[in-house]
Amino acid sequence: MKATLILENGAVFHGESMGDTAEAVCEMVFNTSMAGYQEILTDPSYAGQGIVMTYPLIGNYGVNREDAESRQPWASAMIVRRLSSRGSNFRCEGTLDGYLKAHHITGIHSVDTRAITRMLRDQGTMNGMITTEESPNLAEALRRIRAYRVLNTVERTTRRHIQVYPGAGPRVALLDLGVKENMIRSLTDRGCSVTVFPACTPAEDIMEGGFDGVMLSNGPGDPADNPEIIGEIRKLYDANVLVFAVCLGHQLMALATGAVTEKLKYGHRGGNHPVRDVSTGRVYITSQNHGYVVRADSVDPDIAEISHINVNDGTVEGLKYKNGRVLTVQFHPEASPGPKDTGYLFDAFVAKMKEGRDCAKES
Amino acid sequence: MPRNPDIQKVLVIGSGPIIIGQAAEFDYAGTQACLALREEGVEVVLVNSNPATIMTDPKIADHVYIEPLNIEFVTKIIAKERPDSILPTLGGQTGLNLAMALNENGTLAEYGVRLLGTSAESIRRAEDRQGFKDTMEAIGQPCVTSKVVESVEDAVTFAEEIGLPVIVRPAYTLGGTGGGIAENEEALREIAANGIRLSRVGQVLIERCISGWKEIEYEVIRDGAGNVITVCNMENLDPVGVHTGDSIVVAPSQTLADREYQMLRSAALDIISALEIEGGCNVQFALNPDSFEYAVIEVNPRVSRSSALASKATGYPIAKVAAKIALGYRLDEIPNAITGKTWACFEPVLDYCVVKIPKWPFDKFVSASRKLGTQMKATGEVMAIDNCFEGALMKAVRSLEQHVSSLHLDSLKPLSMEEIRERLARIDDQRLFVMAEALRRGIEPEEIHAATKVDLWFLDRLQAIVDMEKRIASEPMTGELLREAKKMGFPDAFIGELTGTDHFAVKALRDQMGVKAVFKMVDTCAAEFDAATPYYYSTYDEENEAEGTEREKKVLVLGSGPIRIGQGIEFDFCSVHSVWSLKKLGCYTIIVNNNPETVSTDFDVADKLYLEPLTPEDVQNIVELEKPWGAVVQFGGQTAIKLTEDLTNMGVRILGTDAAGVDAAEDREKFDEILKMTGIEKAEAGTCFTAEEGRTVANRIGYPVLVRPSYVLGGQGMQIAYNDKDMDDYIAIINLASQEHPILVDKYLMGRELEVDAVCDGEDILIPGIMEHIERAGIHSGDSISVYPPVKIEKRHQAIIADYARRLAAALHVVGLVNIQFVLFNDKVYVIEVNPRSSRTVPYITKVTGVPIIELATRVMLGEKLRDLGYGTGLYPESPYYAVKMPVFSFSKLTDVDTALGPEMKSTGEVLGVDRDFHQALLKAFMGVGLALPGAGDSVLLTVRDEDKPEILPIAQEMASMGMTLFATGGTHDFLRSHGVSCARVNRIAEGSPSILELVESGTFDLIVNTPGHDHSHNRDGFLIRRAAVERSIPVVTAIDTAQAVVHAKRLGHRKQLHAVDIAGLRDETAFRINPS
Repeated sequence: MKATLILENGAVFHGESMGDTAEAVCEMVFNTSMAGYQEILTDPSYAGQGIVMTYPLIGNYGVNREDAESRQPWASAMIVRRLSSRGSNFRCEGTLDGYLKAHHITGIHSVDTRAITRMLRDQGTMNGMITTEESPNLAEALRRIRAYRVLNTVERTTRRHIQVYPGAGPRVALLDLGVKENMIRSLTDRGCSVTVFPACTPAEDIMEGGFDGVMLSNGPGDPADNPEIIGEIRKLYDANVLVFAVCLGHQLMALATGAVTEKLKYGHRGGNHPVRDVSTGRVYITSQNHGYVVRADSVDPDIAEISHINVNDGTVEGLKYKNGRVLTVQFHPEASPGPKDTGYLFDAFVAKMKEGRDCAKES
Repeated sequence: MPRNPDIQKVLVIGSGPIIIGQAAEFDYAGTQACLALREEGVEVVLVNSNPATIMTDPKIADHVYIEPLNIEFVTKIIAKERPDSILPTLGGQTGLNLAMALNENGTLAEYGVRLLGTSAESIRRAEDRQGFKDTMEAIGQPCVTSKVVESVEDAVTFAEEIGLPVIVRPAYTLGGTGGGIAENEEALREIAANGIRLSRVGQVLIERCISGWKEIEYEVIRDGAGNVITVCNMENLDPVGVHTGDSIVVAPSQTLADREYQMLRSAALDIISALEIEGGCNVQFALNPDSFEYAVIEVNPRVSRSSALASKATGYPIAKVAAKIALGYRLDEIPNAITGKTWACFEPVLDYCVVKIPKWPFDKFVSASRKLGTQMKATGEVMAIDNCFEGALMKAVRSLEQHVSSLHLDSLKPLSMEEIRERLARIDDQRLFVMAEALRRGIEPEEIHAATKVDLWFLDRLQAIVDMEKRIASEPMTGELLREAKKMGFPDAFIGELTGTDHFAVKALRDQMGVKAVFKMVDTCAAEFDAATPYYYSTYDEENEAEGTEREKKVLVLGSGPIRIGQGIEFDFCSVHSVWSLKKLGCYTIIVNNNPETVSTDFDVADKLYLEPLTPEDVQNIVELEKPWGAVVQFGGQTAIKLTEDLTNMGVRILGTDAAGVDAAEDREKFDEILKMTGIEKAEAGTCFTAEEGRTVANRIGYPVLVRPSYVLGGQGMQIAYNDKDMDDYIAIINLASQEHPILVDKYLMGRELEVDAVCDGEDILIPGIMEHIERAGIHSGDSISVYPPVKIEKRHQAIIADYARRLAAALHVVGLVNIQFVLFNDKVYVIEVNPRSSRTVPYITKVTGVPIIELATRVMLGEKLRDLGYGTGLYPESPYYAVKMPVFSFSKLTDVDTALGPEMKSTGEVLGVDRDFHQALLKAFMGVGLALPGAGDSVLLTVRDEDKPEILPIAQEMASMGMTLFATGGTHDFLRSHGVSCARVNRIAEGSPSILELVESGTFDLIVNTPGHDHSHNRDGFLIRRAAVERSIPVVTAIDTAQAVVHAKRLGHRKQLHAVDIAGLRDETAFRINPS
């Protein structure tokens, strides 16, 4: 079946339908990862977005249960150059097309993804629509495309109930703002016991639990759209709680402490972004997925210092708070997909929690 | 960490002659690195014995030594130049081994030379089998169960422990020389013995056979601060069991989920960190296709063939970055030259698919075993880019120039289903086509997978190609179907063939339906950043990114494709120099080539690079977009010259000699006309289609005669027939492939062969020099030892040659370069052939005469006149230096190939010996090819055909007088004894033990002189002896003239001390000579 991709700027691309045939209106972003399409689809941070994969051959190794980063795909749509009809891998349980259909995700293939990417790069992230209608009314479509906003995505993606992942080590409270499974795994693999809280959990509830540390997860949407959560996070900060935060969590902590976030022209999405750890000078290749960033000039040096910087564009990639209790990063040390080079940050978080425990014991 | 200011003068060691396993990739890496060093103000001293390289040019290094790559000479150069540092990781295994040897023997310490980049200790840990295993164990990286052994018995014992089959890998060898898979004990004994002998340290590794696992490679880089990145990963279509150099390779990996991709990536980074590599490194893994189990196969702590491929596949200049790291820079201090905005500290991402296919020499060595295994056999490779695998694969297939433009192979068509199934199990160079044929006949992908272990994803893609063939042949041709076919890389000619039309009709249909190729950029970042570097590939998609640049003088330079026997790196030298000259002259240059190993496909050589097949259709796509002002075809060997007529038909002006001139030189009848017109003689000749006609011609002009098909490269299929029986045999072989053009029969003149390269501007000619071949006519010029300036040619004959060259060039309206071969026979000069293009000798003549031949040729092509260019006209004054070019062969990699030289070219590369004294130059050349000249006490075996006997006598006498012990077979023995030369008689094979073969195998001889006879049984003995000698690395000389050269070099070359010559200073010396006032 034919499908059409219409962008906010009026550009039209004709291709073939894949996945669900229902119309999808969403924000179009591109991701440069060459593998990991299933992790990307199921990353809650993509809620409300359509993902253009810049790598042209997608679906090669099929899909499987293990590579899902959450209970379902969250992206609104997927756009690929060439869809593989066969998934070839020992873990393969089905084709990508079948997976998209089963989860009602609309897709389009056989379009010039590089041309679309160049357009998003030059003109910035924009909304778009995928439709299987034969001759869509362009004016009408554009009106709806332009009206679209990514809203309430944290609310949609977060858990409804508290969930506990047992472990013998430090106890972590993880605030699910749209968490990826591998963030939880990164903690449990290091022996942590992880209690995952829904995004709207009051800070008091968390603090009452006597946790060794709090992790603020990744998540979708504009960080400034979450004033209530920011308020709760401020309470955690004021209470000197040990916090490690990633992506949206990092942005919300910054907002809670007076910094400002802004939207990047076309975001960072992929597995090849170099980040310098300011304290050591070492550069690490990181997995990234964010459209917003903390403005460097809005960070109060009395509150936090920039700990990590993006080598390509100099944007803020991490903040180390002066209270010595909070470290937040914009990139994804939990990887999945992408390089695992910054897993040391989890090690450091776990070590710090253990240290806190030992101190508590001594006193 | 900024650049280390203590590094002022760096010695770079090249990789030597092109051999199988070590081709142009090191010229590319070395050239890039030298330029990167000079950019930082470093004085570069370069040594490489290979004169055809771009790196051995005074433009690339400050001091250039074309000297033997051995400890003796590199030590001389260090003593003379006193570099403060040496960069060991750019010259392949040869350069690395040499640098390590200089470190071990204390030379580097003695002269205070530091090793740049990776430390000696790290190199040892990566290269030494046991050291490597221990390191991997220490960091928890799994290796294949294996053991290093130094004896055959230990090999057998260990194999019993882990179970057969096992893989045998010798330590420190090139391209896996001497390795292999042993299925049983007998094979193990043979392979292990061979491997132990070939290893520099007498060790082989016996390892668990994991054939059938996926083979995955990572190219990684680490800087001195410990930053690590992956440039590219690659997946071999051929599972473990085939040498990666002989595998079809795809970048990036296609069948790995992120989990496997990251697992192996992390492993590669852990390994490079543990080994403390500073620079580029290649890590090869085997991955169990049914689990996450993997094993580290190999680590190369240097730039490699794979790093060249990774550089071209991603646009990331690994060698350049490695050189900067060696100077002390960190990855995040080195700019990314492609985007100009980002830094070298990032990982390239691809938004296209890259396919590499090896180029094997089996079309030339028809008798060679085509079986592929752990020993590499390919001489070169092609690369293609498209946004789907099918498109890239089809492009790569036609880039091989094997008259195959699809996955159809004519020779497979008559095979039965059983035979196809049987062929599937055989691993050889044709397996890709066999798999396609199997699918075409309805064999299920699963069955093919079971037989080949090739991943089903790849088979699925082949199935898509086969299905498309069927659709084209059966369905009406719609715009949509045509577009789909083009997306899959189907060339017009093939679509024409399938639809019963031709490429003209398909092209017309495409134009009518608007199905047109577009070009996309290779930018390292999948369009995330706006890139500045113009490196493009074609695809059938919507948006075209390559704007036809509006420039006044836009010139298309056509490259020479894959390295093969007969067309090597020298044509890349010519292409690149032409681009540089054109740029200097204000032209906008566009290069088209498909060889990832070369300098010409580096993105900053020409103004624009198109990595595309060199077929008329692919070139036309570029022509239609760019509308070039002119095209240069003279410098890309036969590959480019073949496109002359097509380019002319596309309306492109050919710069230099036009299509008519090219045709007149190549077409036999037209060329005969030219000769008649110019009054120049050539050997009597005729043409034929059948053996009967051939015999008639031969009997008219008299045997022996040269027999060869028309339009071939490197003397392919050429033979000398001595009688009617030979004629019948050879014609039958040639006619195995149907011949469009007549077979050529020439009187064979066994005289002295001479060669010139000349520049002609349409009026005047400049002949930089005359080259004289050591071996008389009958041995292909590429396989002959060639000497400049001539030592045995009288001035009057030189004058005749210069005159003939001028007349021929004028008659053919040559503008630019021409290469002419002559034979001096019975005091008379005959012309053998004229090639209106650059030749393999141009680079070395350029370097020893100081005449910038390519630049002059380029200038005259643009209309300048030789008389205004400052190098005069006519025969250029001789250089005070002799230059001896000596061929290098790769026989040890190619089983079943006869090493005897003849009219068909067999060498893969060459070295040069340069000295003021001819015999010293000759000696240096012998040292360069690694032939240890026998001396007093050494044993020499002489076994020559009857007509060579008179000539072997003085050679034998000289050998005896130098204290060598002589052995000879029956006839040779009797002849020598009857002339008073004492020698021991050796039994022929049929004469019983100890036979000649046993003596060769037991290593009795240090040199073998064996000239092949004409009778076939005699020849078979000779063949066995020659092969046995090759297997045991015993030098064999198969021409009487070569034997004489060996003796002369030995006796006269050592009269005084050998000196290293800086050829960068040569030009000044030469210039002084011609302008004494």
